[in-house]
Amino acid sequence: MSARMSPLTFDDVHFAAGGRKLVCGISFALGSSGISVLLGPNGAGKSLALRLAAGLLVPSAGAVRASAARAIVLQRPVLLRRSVADNVAYPLALRGVPRSERAARVRRALEATRLAAHAERPARTLSVGEQQRVALAAAWAREPELLLLDEPAAALDPGATRELERAIGAIRDAGVKVAMSTHDLAQARRLASEVLFVHEGRLLEQTPAAEFFRSPGSEEARRFLAGELLA
Amino acid sequence: MTEISEAFATAWRLIASGDAELLEIVSLSLRVTGAAVVLAALAGLPLGAWLGVARFRGRRALVALLSTGMALPPVVVGLALYLVLSRSGPLGALELLFTPTAMVIAQAVLVLPIIASLARQSIEDLAREYGEQLRAHGASRVQAALTLLYEARYSLPTALLAGLGRAVAEVGAVMIVGGNIAHVTRTMTTAIVLHSSRGDTALALALGLILVALAALVNGSTEAIRGAARRAGA
Repeated sequence: MSARMSPLTFDDVHFAAGGRKLVCGISFALGSSGISVLLGPNGAGKSLALRLAAGLLVPSAGAVRASAARAIVLQRPVLLRRSVADNVAYPLALRGVPRSERAARVRRALEATRLAAHAERPARTLSVGEQQRVALAAAWAREPELLLLDEPAAALDPGATRELERAIGAIRDAGVKVAMSTHDLAQARRLASEVLFVHEGRLLEQTPAAEFFRSPGSEEARRFLAGELLA
Repeated sequence: MTEISEAFATAWRLIASGDAELLEIVSLSLRVTGAAVVLAALAGLPLGAWLGVARFRGRRALVALLSTGMALPPVVVGLALYLVLSRSGPLGALELLFTPTAMVIAQAVLVLPIIASLARQSIEDLAREYGEQLRAHGASRVQAALTLLYEARYSLPTALLAGLGRAVAEVGAVMIVGGNIAHVTRTMTTAIVLHSSRGDTALALALGLILVALAALVNGSTEAIRGAARRAGA
């Protein structure tokens, strides 16, 4: 496998459930670095695309090729009834990472997400923003090549969003490829190196961020950027 | 009124002096109930966990059967077991009728559906809450099931305590299969029935007070577990 190979490729991916076509023939290949943002209104199919990328869903047709070393943070992560450190260590224990190495990786992930001071607290007593960072730390501790984030700041206030985005930036700077969904334009402007605009289960364009925000290639994206409410 | 207060005073004296007959009855009760709950837990917890995560044909019927079993009338269980264990019954050769072992079996049959049903409910709720997250972590089915059992550590003891409460207070089944034989199969509840019918209310009352204290202990333990769960953010 070449180092330049895309960490995530969709090849004419379809997904249907309950007789409804929810993802309709999406194809793309992500670059190997930076943050790719799946942007679009609610219900566009962004979360489904990320679940397909993570292997949590199987496409009805088409092929998903993703780096084996991938991790996903769900929009509403469910933390275990254990300490913060134990939550971060859990996916490592599942993989049989030796205890001594586990501790070091947990410590690094907690420091990067500024949670080291909370390491021994019961995870479910933390604020929503802190819990989201615990989930991020647990995903990062797995040392993925590709990190998938589903609307990571959807339920957060501005302060918590800033902390979370700082942590996402640190992960990107460490060389991890990040693919995340958001319906928040301002967040996409702050984080994206490229934008994949999704609407009604279709990928309308994949454009470098600066160019996307200057002159989007699709009518729907133009209207979305102008603040129109796309159904 | 004086009669009642005198009975209470005598009951207290029996408890405070550690009356031999009283202690023997309490001890047998606790041993029978303890063994029954352990047996029921050994079968009921894995059964409940399996029903909580597995999907197969007939599962709903099995769940409904267990739920119905929670309300099994003790005298009916006692009667059924009596027929099975009696000399002409299919297990008559084991000669278990009117032994503490028969009482353990009867109580285990009564308690098993309670423990299994409550465990099933806990695990099923957790599976719904954690299912996708555990797959996102990369957990296999077995790893996920073990994780759910551990995550249910605050609710499963409540299931055991519910079973314990049911078993220790039960009278119908142990009366039928145990026979209420003095020094052999006489438990707190069967002794209360016997002594009340004889008009010997002091011993009955003393045993009744101990039963109420046990109920309070079970309830207190349940509350303590809930408190621990709240502190853990569960």
